[in-house]
Amino acid sequence: MEPVIQVENLRRAFREGRAVIWAVNGVSLDIYPGEAVGLVGESGCGKTTTARCVLRLLEPTEGRVLFQGADMTRWGGKKLREQRRHFQMVFQDPNTSLNPRFTVRRTLAEPLRLHGLAQTGREMEERLHETVLRVNLEPRLLERYPHQLSGGQKQRVGIARAIITNPRFVALDEPTSSLDMSIRIQILSLLQRLQSEMNMAYLFISHDLSAVRFLCARVFVMYLGRVVEAGPADEIFDHPAHPYTQALLSAIPIPDPKLRRQRIILEGEPPSLFNLPPGCGFYDRCKARKASCRDNLPPFRDIGNGHFVACFE
Amino acid sequence: MVSETIAKPKGAQPSVRDSRAWRTWYILRSHPSMIVGILVLAVILFVTVAGPSLVPYKPLKPDPEARLLPPSAAHPMGTDAFGRDILSRVVNGARLDLFIAFSVVAIALGIGVAVGMFSGYYGGKVDDVVMRITDVILAFPSFILALAITAILGNSIPNVIIAIAIAYIPYFVRLTRGEVLSAKERDYTEAARCVGNPNWRIIYLHLLPNCLTPALVQATLCLGWAILDASGLAFLGLGIRPPTPEWGVLVSEGSRDIIGGQWWTSFFPGAVIVLTAFAFNLIGDSLRDVTSPTEAVQ
Repeated sequence: MEPVIQVENLRRAFREGRAVIWAVNGVSLDIYPGEAVGLVGESGCGKTTTARCVLRLLEPTEGRVLFQGADMTRWGGKKLREQRRHFQMVFQDPNTSLNPRFTVRRTLAEPLRLHGLAQTGREMEERLHETVLRVNLEPRLLERYPHQLSGGQKQRVGIARAIITNPRFVALDEPTSSLDMSIRIQILSLLQRLQSEMNMAYLFISHDLSAVRFLCARVFVMYLGRVVEAGPADEIFDHPAHPYTQALLSAIPIPDPKLRRQRIILEGEPPSLFNLPPGCGFYDRCKARKASCRDNLPPFRDIGNGHFVACFE
Repeated sequence: MVSETIAKPKGAQPSVRDSRAWRTWYILRSHPSMIVGILVLAVILFVTVAGPSLVPYKPLKPDPEARLLPPSAAHPMGTDAFGRDILSRVVNGARLDLFIAFSVVAIALGIGVAVGMFSGYYGGKVDDVVMRITDVILAFPSFILALAITAILGNSIPNVIIAIAIAYIPYFVRLTRGEVLSAKERDYTEAARCVGNPNWRIIYLHLLPNCLTPALVQATLCLGWAILDASGLAFLGLGIRPPTPEWGVLVSEGSRDIIGGQWWTSFFPGAVIVLTAFAFNLIGDSLRDVTSPTEAVQ
């Protein structure tokens, strides 16, 4: 089966004064139709930049992004706009991702109008109702402005906007991190149901590892602009191979006070992006480091069961 | 598997308090200076529209019998050196002064906001050039600049309007640009692009309504300044010439009589200029307070 999204050696540079930093430094990943893929890593490791490059909200500096086999980095403005209905995004903070001067109706109707998906007023109305009900909102909320909605309702509107064009692929940029705990689980269940109902592929960005495990079939772990480990979610969570992933997973809280677990506390900060080490980016903080890790970049190698890791161990 | 619960709509039930009228009243009640400004402006607008048919004298008709009469029941603001009734001239001048003020602001607002949106949205070299041009214009006091431009363009009402408008454009450019710079970084702009909006739709449908408020407040303040500037130019003999009844012209003509003790010929037109500018400024200042983020009624 052909992947719906294929990222090949993606790099993205930002200019900071005279210096150039590589926020994303050679990421490759593939997402198959109907598959939920998690992208985890600490703040600033390039998760969001990766997603924005995949959707061409940012232009990649190097590398290719293929959508259903077609190189979308070559698309011109018009072609890109027409194709946008097939790949959408749900943003982190619903308080800023909805236009404060648009009613819910206007926010949701816009993508349909832009892509000519509702020819008549009746068709438009049906589509709006269907989508709003699909994300568990009452149709009367269509007439509300964002400031008249709760945080959870706003995020449902954000999700409705993303799915109303029946996309093949949706990038979810920490869609639950600005919501409180009780709403989080509702939104996650909603996302899970929508995915199976509509057969969409997800790129789910999060540092909530339990959420990733709940939703995703495969996981990519990023550190310092690179993918350090990838594989099926169960493999990664039960047998993490990269020392960074091990540290990350040990930070998941266990809801049982009697159980104790060895926490791996990382020391120090990730290296500055202004001054990248030549070898493994995790060298300074790694408990299993060897002398050779310092100057050599570990290759991404297959350790079986579809599990890949960028570590010499 | 976690069962999914249906989110019930909560909070924010529409009520009387959400209505536009109620919110307007709420804002007004806590800003008495805005009420004063609006009342004064209402009187001025009424006089502008209905006044010329209410006053008993023609603004341009001299009366040799009634030269330089002090204020009285027959001539509430007195008469000038040609025996013309000052009140009639002031009332007839309102139309011209308000026309100039509104034209100036319409032009400056339209061009300034359009340039500011464009410059802020696209950034880069275009933005650099636009900003340097506004720097140059802002380096001169707006009145001096308007003076120079009128002197170059020549004396006519359209030229006065153009000159003052040019001097005001940079304020609108800068305000709008600043708003766009922050609004375009917000997620809703990115979301608008993500659903397939072309740039022009993002600028005019998504960003403009969210960036217009400061410019509208500025526009109200500029209405007051424009009246001061237009009558200032006329006072100096630029732009509008006597015997046209215009407030600046009236002050200028009357200033000759002050030495002779006939204070009323320039006092009353001057007072009306001040009052009008004051009314616009009261409204503008209150609008600025009301629309500031700390007092957002949303």
